[in-house]
Amino acid sequence: MSMNAKGTVFKYGDNVDTDVIIPARYLNSSDPVELAMHCMEDIDTEFVKKVQKGDIIVANKNFGCGSSREHAPISIKASGVSCVIAETFARIFYRNAINIGLPIIECPEAAKAIDAGDVVEVNFDTGVITDVTKNLTFKGQAFPEFMQKIIACEGLVNYINSKQ
Amino acid sequence: MGMTMTQKILAAAAGLPEVKAGQLIMAKLDLVLGNDITSPVAIKELDKMKVNGVFNKDKIALVPDHFAPNKDIKSAEHCKCVREFARRNEITNYFEMGDMGIEHALLPEKGLTVPGDVIIGADSHTCTYGALGAFSTGVGSTDMAAGMATGEAWFKVPSAIKFNLIGKPSKWVSGKDVILHIIGMIGVDGALYRSMEFAGPGVAELSMDDRFTISNMAIEAGGKNGIFPVDEKTVEYLNEHATRSYKVFEADADAEYDEEYTIDLSALRPTVAFPHLPENTHTIDEIHDMEPIYVDQVVIGSCTNGRIDDLRIAAKVLKGRHKTPDMRLIVIPATQDIYMQAIEEGLVKTFIEAGAVVSTPTCGPCLGGYMGVLAKGERCISTTNRNFVGRMGHVDSEVYLASPAVAAASAVTGKISCPCELD
Repeated sequence: MSMNAKGTVFKYGDNVDTDVIIPARYLNSSDPVELAMHCMEDIDTEFVKKVQKGDIIVANKNFGCGSSREHAPISIKASGVSCVIAETFARIFYRNAINIGLPIIECPEAAKAIDAGDVVEVNFDTGVITDVTKNLTFKGQAFPEFMQKIIACEGLVNYINSKQ
Repeated sequence: MGMTMTQKILAAAAGLPEVKAGQLIMAKLDLVLGNDITSPVAIKELDKMKVNGVFNKDKIALVPDHFAPNKDIKSAEHCKCVREFARRNEITNYFEMGDMGIEHALLPEKGLTVPGDVIIGADSHTCTYGALGAFSTGVGSTDMAAGMATGEAWFKVPSAIKFNLIGKPSKWVSGKDVILHIIGMIGVDGALYRSMEFAGPGVAELSMDDRFTISNMAIEAGGKNGIFPVDEKTVEYLNEHATRSYKVFEADADAEYDEEYTIDLSALRPTVAFPHLPENTHTIDEIHDMEPIYVDQVVIGSCTNGRIDDLRIAAKVLKGRHKTPDMRLIVIPATQDIYMQAIEEGLVKTFIEAGAVVSTPTCGPCLGGYMGVLAKGERCISTTNRNFVGRMGHVDSEVYLASPAVAAASAVTGKISCPCELD
């Protein structure tokens, strides 16, 4: 299955934690649509107003640190974001994103070079990230085969079901 | 080449003679944990899986502790969802309010976490059980669901950082100061994807409650787990709390570590993490030389510092003293047993006489849920584990992280203070 993402970039810095991605005051809900209404609220109040389907989040190191709340990648996915690119991801966020089928990719060079508002395209088969605005290409880290299978099944639940 | 303590536990759980850092493995699980925020999402995912119930009703723990006792109608629905799932699947270790405590204090107390275990929990502070020589790590709800269904989880075998502890902590220095010092040194992603393995003669100088605090905050350095060797104090704790048999693992003498640090516990000072990252640490001496940092609220509790040692030290500071006016002091024993012990020892009386609110166990204020939410511009010193933007309430509020001793002293003076200043 070929997967691609293309969209406009929202850019953030280091250590974007899951409390700012989806503040705990909204965790009395587990509804993706409701969670998406508050996505990134405590770091960027404009995000929810501006985000379009297909847009891409780019951040520096340790994206998604802190709480294990799966509500964080769920809210990002439900807000229409097609991919998150970062220098590094916090490990629980990394697992959660893979498990729910939110494409993420580690690429320090891309994370540094890409700016807010750039149009970026990601090819998940090759790991190639293209900054269309700047006419630059980067090679993101490819997933291990094991994770590719989970991603191909669009998440861990389908992967487990496929093995039954 | 030898294996680290973590690698040996994972190899055994994967049924392999040895594993190497970076290897992907499928490991058998001894316990799968969830709370009232993460379990409802997991239950929804589990329902989508083509499986018949859970893998083992005795190896799942469900603890409604975050927004429980129910803080609002939506939270009540979540707790109800967890309760009904537990009943439907005859989950042995479901803890109803009244038996409930903060999960990471409760499970060791109930003997559900023992050395050599492989434990996942849909809560980032699941790494706490490393204090007992178990491999335990936080995951999300889908991993929890898969764990409940299959009794297995995939892991990438981590490499490790070794912390060789030497010396003995001085008065007013606790496990919280040790881990805040380490996070300040290596940063909030200093141990990303890796194990933090604690070793050395200094381990013997740390109480079990100190070790729980240290392992608990491994995640705040990005660590996958934070693990201690099993020694006499561990065995003493297990004899008191656990009935299950367990296996003790030790790191090989020739185990390889990415980095090694020696920490002289005797040189550490009470340490405080400033907003908005746990790595923004300053010693109490540095703070003494700054402009006073006045606080609106003090919280003593949480999975990090709500255990009996924590309450004892807070009471020692607060005994015969009173908090400053116009400031809230909130004390939350982490479990019912700790609460009862605190009543029997007269600690609760000391807290109430000092002007504290004493609450039933809940995670409430730590994540800005309830029972101590901050208003715009307010500042709190807290024994909890995170001080991110908006963590405890309004996006323009501030959290300073500290030990129970420093938090209690700050309640007395109204500004961030060392208990030594009260003598």
